[in-house]
Amino acid sequence: MTDDHEHYEAVVVGAGPGGAAAAAALARQGVETLVLERGVDAGSKNVSGGLIYAEESAPYTIDSLFPDFREAASERPVDDYYIHNVSGRDVKTFDLGRIHRHDTDWCDAVLRRKMDSWLAERVHELTRETGGGLLTEVRVNGLLRENGEIVGVTCDELDPITADLIVAADGVNSELARDAGLMDWDEPDDWFQGVKAVVEMEPDAIADRFGIDDDEGAAHLFSGDLFEGVRGGGFLYTNEDSLSVGTVFHLDSLAAERAEPHELLDALLTHPLLDQWLQGEYEEREYAAKLVPDSKKVAHPSPHRGRLLLVGDAAGQMQAQGPIIKGMNHAVTAGGLAAEAYADAKTRGDPSAAGELYEAKLNEEGVMDQLRPARYRATRSVSESDLLGTIGDAVIRSPIGAAGLKAFDGAIERAFNSPFLLGMVPDTRFSYVTLPTRIGEVLGEPVTGDNDVEPPDLADRIGDLTYDVGEPHIELVDNSFEASGTAVTACPVSAVGFGGGCYREETVRTNGSEERLVSLDTQPCVECGTCAIVADTEWEHPAGGKGVEYEQG
Amino acid sequence: MYTVVLTKGVPDFREGKVSFDEDGHLERGKTPTVMNPNDELALRAALQGKVRHGGTVSLLSMGPPGYTDVLRQGMEEVYADDLYLLSDREMAAADTWATAMTVTTGISRLEPTPDLVVAGFKTADGETGHTGPQTNWCHHMNDALPDRTLVTHVVSLDVDPDAGTLRAKRLVKGDVTEVETVETDLPAFVVTDPEFEASYPKADHRLRYKDLREETKRRAEDPEAVLTVWNHEDLNLDPDFIGLDGSPTIVAGVDPIPKGPDEREATHVSPDDGAGMETVLEELQPFAGGD
Repeated sequence: MTDDHEHYEAVVVGAGPGGAAAAAALARQGVETLVLERGVDAGSKNVSGGLIYAEESAPYTIDSLFPDFREAASERPVDDYYIHNVSGRDVKTFDLGRIHRHDTDWCDAVLRRKMDSWLAERVHELTRETGGGLLTEVRVNGLLRENGEIVGVTCDELDPITADLIVAADGVNSELARDAGLMDWDEPDDWFQGVKAVVEMEPDAIADRFGIDDDEGAAHLFSGDLFEGVRGGGFLYTNEDSLSVGTVFHLDSLAAERAEPHELLDALLTHPLLDQWLQGEYEEREYAAKLVPDSKKVAHPSPHRGRLLLVGDAAGQMQAQGPIIKGMNHAVTAGGLAAEAYADAKTRGDPSAAGELYEAKLNEEGVMDQLRPARYRATRSVSESDLLGTIGDAVIRSPIGAAGLKAFDGAIERAFNSPFLLGMVPDTRFSYVTLPTRIGEVLGEPVTGDNDVEPPDLADRIGDLTYDVGEPHIELVDNSFEASGTAVTACPVSAVGFGGGCYREETVRTNGSEERLVSLDTQPCVECGTCAIVADTEWEHPAGGKGVEYEQG
Repeated sequence: MYTVVLTKGVPDFREGKVSFDEDGHLERGKTPTVMNPNDELALRAALQGKVRHGGTVSLLSMGPPGYTDVLRQGMEEVYADDLYLLSDREMAAADTWATAMTVTTGISRLEPTPDLVVAGFKTADGETGHTGPQTNWCHHMNDALPDRTLVTHVVSLDVDPDAGTLRAKRLVKGDVTEVETVETDLPAFVVTDPEFEASYPKADHRLRYKDLREETKRRAEDPEAVLTVWNHEDLNLDPDFIGLDGSPTIVAGVDPIPKGPDEREATHVSPDDGAGMETVLEELQPFAGGD
C-alpha cells in the first residue's frame, strides 16, 4: 500500500543544473519538493566540458533562477571562440565568435563540483521552505509503481517515496528513464564519449598566454588529423586558475577504430599547437570522463510517462552540432519548463497533465528544434550516405577541392558561423576529419616549436581519483571478447595491456583450446556508462555516496 | 524525551597527534585532548532519537576546565542542545568508581530526570569499559534517580517515547557473534558498541538531521552560552568520596609496551629447499602448542 509511504508533492532526482532548475522553479511555486542526489556532494558525479550558455531566446537561464550564479559558481566569461583545423603541423584557425555569440546573452566556463555544490545549497534553502529539501548520498534506483502506474521512487538508502511529480534529472545514465522504457543503451552511434583533463595554470599565466584579462576567458576547438581518424574533436577552455582540455568522439567511431580515449586526449595535449599555452608546464588536477547523448538522435520527443518527466541528459537534451556544444543550458530550460508545466497542470486541476504540457512547452519554446533540427533530419539520409561521403572525400582531396578551399577561404569561416548550416552538419568522417584536415593542409600555416609536456599515464590518472565503490555495481553478462572486448579500449579507464583498469583482455588456454575473454574490476570505474553500450553488461550506479568522486568535474 | 550523553576527553592517539617519550610514556602536555572516539557513537545514538522524536540532548563530562573544548567538539561534530561540565580539583585523578559516583550525582541534578542515559564503550586511555555500567549501578544508591535497565553493546536503537519503551539490537560476541534484540521500558541506560550505526530510512529524518547539524554547528561557535559548570560544592559532594581520595583503585605501576627491536634478521627459504624447510620446522617447534 502506497498510503504508508512517505510522500512529497514533487521528487527531483539528481542535483545537476537540470534538477536544480526544476527544484528551484517548483519551490518558487510553493510545491513541496524533495531533491535526491547520489553523490557525496552535488557535482561530485558530474563532468562537463564545460561551457554554460544563457541564451537570449531561452525562457529560463541559470542566472534567472539563481541570481548570484555567475559571481559565485562559474569560472570565467568566454567571449573568444576559435576552431583550429589541424593537418600535421599545419593549422588554419577560424574565429567562431559569430556563432558563439548567436542568441547568447552570456557564456561562462564552469567546473561542475564548484558549480553544482553551490547550486545545491541554494536549492536546499529554497526547497526547505516548502517542507522538502535536498539530500545527498541517496541513490534512487527505480520507479515505484502501483497497479502499473508510476507513483514514486525507490532508493538504496531510503524507504520508497511517493510523489505527484517525479523529475528525473539523473543524467546520461538515467536509471529512471530506462526503468520507464524511455531510453536504452543499444546503439553506440547515439552517443558521444568525452574525456577531460583539468590542468593547473596560474591566473597570471592564463592572462599572459591567452592575452586575456582576469575577467575574460577563451575557448578553442580542435579538429583534423590529430585523432587517428576517429570522428570527433578537442576543446580547451580557460577557468579561473586552470584549463579544461578535453576530447569528444562519436562512440561508434571510437569503438570501430578500437581507439583509446586517454591516448586521443594525450594526442591533443602534446600537439605542438598547445605549446603556446602549456609552455612545457603540465600539472593535471583531474582526469574525468562522460558519456554524452547525441540529441539529434536521442532527444526524446515525449520525455514523460505518467508522473515522470525527464530533464537534461536523462532526456537526451544535449546539443552537439559541429562546434555548437550546448547541454547545461537546455537542461536548465527543461527543468524550468517541467516545473512550469506541473504548476499549470495543477492550476487546471489535473496534475497528471504535466507531462503533456511539458512536451508542448519544449516544442513551443523551440527547445526541441534546437535539439533535433528539422534540417538535420531532412538532410541526414543524403549527407550521411556512404556515396556522398566518398564523393566529398574525393573532391576535397583533389586539386580542384584545394583550389575551391583557397578561393572560398572567407566563405568557409562564414559557413562555420552559420547556425542554419550547422544544423545540417552530417555526422560523418568527412565533416569531422577530412574537411578540417584539408583546410589545415591547404590554408594552414605550420606551427613552430615543440610541445614536450608529458601527461600522466592512465595508472596515475586513476590513482589520483577518489573511489570507494562498495559492492560491484556492474555485472559482465557475456565475457567473450566478441561481445565485450570493445570495452577494453573504449572504457576511458582501461587500455590494452594495462592491468589496473576496469576491463582487461585475457587469453585462457583450456585442454589445448584457446579463448579470448574479458574480465572486469569495477573498482576504478568512473561511471561514464560506456561499457553499458559497447559491452554486454548489467549496468547500475553504485549506492549513494559510493563510487568515483570528482573534485573538479 | 530527554537524553544525556556521557563523554570523556582522551589523548588524541591518532598518528601524527600523539607524542611518546623515549621510554614509551605518553607525553600528555604534547598530545592534544579530544572527545573519546567511542563517545561520538553514543552521541550519534542520542541524535538519532532527537531526529526521529524530538526532545533534548545534553552532553555531560567530568574533567578540567579545558574539557569545555571536548564538549564543544561533540556539539560541533555530532549534536548537543546544552553542555554540562563537572569540574573541580577535588574531582581530579578519580578512578572509574569515583567518576561514576560524581557523574551520577551530576545526572541527578539535571532537570527533568533524563529518560535515557547513553555512554560509549570504553575510553581510549582507560580501556576499562567500567564507567558506563558503574554509573548505572550508582543510580541504585541515589534516591533522586530512578533505576534504569542497562543495555550494553548496542548496535542499533529505536526509542518509542509515547509507549515509553526502547528496542535495541545488541552485539553478543562469544564463540559465535550473535545479534540480540531486546526491548525494555524507559528510563534506561544504553552503552553503544563500536559498531553502532544510526539509521535514517526516511527522507524527512535526513532533512531534519541536516537542519540539526547546521543548528548545532552554529551553537558550537559559542559553547559557553549553553555550558553549565558544577564543582563539588554545587553537587554537595564530600571530597573524601570523590577524586583521588574516593578512588579505591591503586595503580601499582605502569609498564610501557616493549618496543620492537630496531634490527631484525631474516633468512629466505624456498619451499623447494628440503633441508632449509627442515631447519624452519626445527626453529618453530619450541613455539608449537600441544604435544
